[in-house]
Amino acid sequence: MDNAVNTRSRNKKKAVLVIAYIILVLFVLFDLIPLIWMILCSFKSRTEIMTFPPAIFPSEWRFDNYVKAWNAYGLSFTRMFINTFTIVIPGTFFTVLSATLAAYSFARIKFWGRDFLFALFLLSLMIPDSVVLIPRFIFFKNLGFQDSLWPIIIPMLFGYGLPVFLGRQFFMTIPQDLEDSATIDGCGRLRAWANIFVPLSKPIIATITVFTFQSYYNDFLYPLVYINSTSKFTIQLGLSAFRGEHTTRFDLLMAASVFCLIPILIIYMFAQRYFVEGIVTTGLKG
Amino acid sequence: MKASKKTVLKRNIDGYAFAAPALIGLFVFTLYPLVCSIFYSFTDWNILSDAKFIGFDNYTKLISDEVFLISLKNTLKWVVIYVPLSLIISFGLALIAELPIKGVNAFRAIFYLPVVCPLIVIALLFTWLYNTEFGLINYGLSLFGIGPVGWLTNPNLAIFSIALMSVWKMAGYNMVVLLAGLQAVPRSVYEASELDGIKSYQKIWFIKLPLIMPAIYFVVVYAIINAFQVFTEIFTMTRGGPGNSTNTLVYYLYTKAFTHNEMGYASAIAIIMAIIIMIVTVLQKYVLGSKVQYET
Repeated sequence: MDNAVNTRSRNKKKAVLVIAYIILVLFVLFDLIPLIWMILCSFKSRTEIMTFPPAIFPSEWRFDNYVKAWNAYGLSFTRMFINTFTIVIPGTFFTVLSATLAAYSFARIKFWGRDFLFALFLLSLMIPDSVVLIPRFIFFKNLGFQDSLWPIIIPMLFGYGLPVFLGRQFFMTIPQDLEDSATIDGCGRLRAWANIFVPLSKPIIATITVFTFQSYYNDFLYPLVYINSTSKFTIQLGLSAFRGEHTTRFDLLMAASVFCLIPILIIYMFAQRYFVEGIVTTGLKG
Repeated sequence: MKASKKTVLKRNIDGYAFAAPALIGLFVFTLYPLVCSIFYSFTDWNILSDAKFIGFDNYTKLISDEVFLISLKNTLKWVVIYVPLSLIISFGLALIAELPIKGVNAFRAIFYLPVVCPLIVIALLFTWLYNTEFGLINYGLSLFGIGPVGWLTNPNLAIFSIALMSVWKMAGYNMVVLLAGLQAVPRSVYEASELDGIKSYQKIWFIKLPLIMPAIYFVVVYAIINAFQVFTEIFTMTRGGPGNSTNTLVYYLYTKAFTHNEMGYASAIAIIMAIIIMIVTVLQKYVLGSKVQYET
């Protein structure tokens, strides 16, 4: 009797697992088909891409689409990658630096007005970029920056609210004893930050770094507003320029999209864990 | 023991010194612009000439501005399509991801792939997939004798198509959020219910769903906040069209400010947007704050 029940429940469990696998595989297809289609189309000829019904595989693999896309529409992906990384790499580095310093201060130093200032940081989390777009634009225009990468880079050097908040929450969990013993050793606060807090917080710092890099790399609105000349375009702007008012060369656009994807995919491959942890920490606790 | 004056002073100097870069950023690039935005929103200003103070005129004009109202309504439509679909798909996936499945990490890595892809790449890709004549989606439908559907050219459909794309892109994100919610439920809760001989579907409906309400609220609130910031998709896919059927608040703000030079009016849109987002966020904190705890 008992055995029969066990077998039945085991069979039922098996059936659930089989259904689960089927759903998962279907969803994998659902996720991957658009991306695979992008890659297939990037190898098709201009005429082949505009046929209906579409052929699944290119009749002839046009690798030179990638060569053409690299310099299409008078744009240069070399230039655009340089521009993008000129913004994103220092931007990410200084955002993380500024955030971890401030996080240490808010977590560990009791200074006058600290709680009020921290509350202001929390308030700033609620203010989307689009709300401060116009004043920032005017601010930099008045300073004489026009058609320049600087208005995009400068605010990044100081960082933004979320990494400060995440860093502070993490630093609060580091035992006070560790710091106390270091201070007795005559270790100043800067050294406590550099020798204790930063090394112990590698996971959260990695998460902040990946998250910041991704959002800076993907930014579109700010470059769109600040930059006019194609020599200063970022990857994101260049890609949007492929979409013409009347006709769009989708074959080249798909190839260009692959260029834009590659840096992010490389980072995702090596730091996948931190992308996923990023949401759990930024999302649920934020 | 009272700290000496010197230590206190040192502590204050250190505190501000460490926080200085972030504080400068906060004041110069967020709070000061926010105050400016509020100020601009009370002016009539086209950048070229001096700003003219006009009180609440921009706001009263907005209330009867048809395009503004359509943009608000489009935001609502986006939420109405995105939220239920995302919750159903992502909750289902999260339940499956909880099962003892081999290779669950590989599945998760793939589901998360669209989330990391730059939005502009996805928007351009879907412009192509949604293409009425040559798009893959209409090809798929044609095999069943349906179509062709004007995904982005039919004004009744375009905003829904854009929301569907977001469902696709964000499914992995929402799954991870809901999964984290599920995993935060202590095992003891399930064990107790299993002793009572509860059926699996009852477990999902009566135990898992209520206990992950905080995560569900988060998905909903995050979706609402995002809905107010939809821009890149609109700019690349439809430019607000056909008609104004896909115009959104940020896109309208952008065109007002940077093609019509109506800085004052655009700032009023920004302020309304900020107010709505703050109300939603505060409501979320309030609702979440009063939620039951797992632990007793």
